[in-house]
Amino acid sequence: MKHTLSPQRYLILLAVMLTASIGDTLLSHGMTQVGSVSMAHLGMLLSAMRNLWVVSGILCLLGFFASYLTALSWADLTFVLPSTAFGYVVVALLSKFWLHETISLYRWAGILLIVCGVGFVANGPSLTEHAPVEVAEADSAEEALAGSGESAATDGVQ
Amino acid sequence: MTPISPIETWATIVTVAATAVAGDVLTAGAMRRIGDLDEIRAQSGLGGAISAVVSSPMFLLGVLSMAASFFSLLFTLSNVEVSLAAPASASLTFLGNAFAAKIFLKENVDRRRWMAAIFVCAGVFLLAK
Repeated sequence: MKHTLSPQRYLILLAVMLTASIGDTLLSHGMTQVGSVSMAHLGMLLSAMRNLWVVSGILCLLGFFASYLTALSWADLTFVLPSTAFGYVVVALLSKFWLHETISLYRWAGILLIVCGVGFVANGPSLTEHAPVEVAEADSAEEALAGSGESAATDGVQ
Repeated sequence: MTPISPIETWATIVTVAATAVAGDVLTAGAMRRIGDLDEIRAQSGLGGAISAVVSSPMFLLGVLSMAASFFSLLFTLSNVEVSLAAPASASLTFLGNAFAAKIFLKENVDRRRWMAAIFVCAGVFLLAK
């Protein structure tokens, strides 16, 4: 098992956390400016694409998807997902200290639980190393073939 | 909002979580098969990395599942209160992913990771209160 991640990979995990929460916040802010979209007025979705906040939100979410896929290419799903949940904490803290919203005791308890959860996996290995079964099988088959070939050759000599 | 029975409520929530789990597991499986994107990008550039990802049928199936999850969430939100639908589906997705990763991706979900999944699941539920 790999036990450490390079600083660059921690930065990618940080990007996963931040881009998701910031992207959602930007989209939410933009959609409040666009107004409510009903099934009868789906064309409003196109006009939403002209809103700078919505476009920035979409770009952020594209960045999230790219960094999420990159993280999944070298870390386990059960390692990456709790890290992404840390984004909820970022949003809650931003709403408290930037937007001056009130955070209830339940939410502080939720933040504490998520921080503990992320702490559990952050200290552990990031990737499960699977035994190279196919390679081992191929090697043993090759050895068996080589062995039978050798014995056949020696049989022939004898 | 049309009121629906508790069974229908939980069926829609479970559908959102199940399709989200399928999307996450298929995407993670595809990325595992494709290999380290940092190395692919170093060898064949950004275009090579993007083409390796989007040409994977497993990845496309994962994206399809994610889209299904998104639309089933929209359907759920039109029938179920957001204060129940959002945290319940997110929490179920976290737990479902831990089970699915162990079964399908053969990840080593040890006690530490189970604890993380349960803590995050409970934390997300409390955040929505």
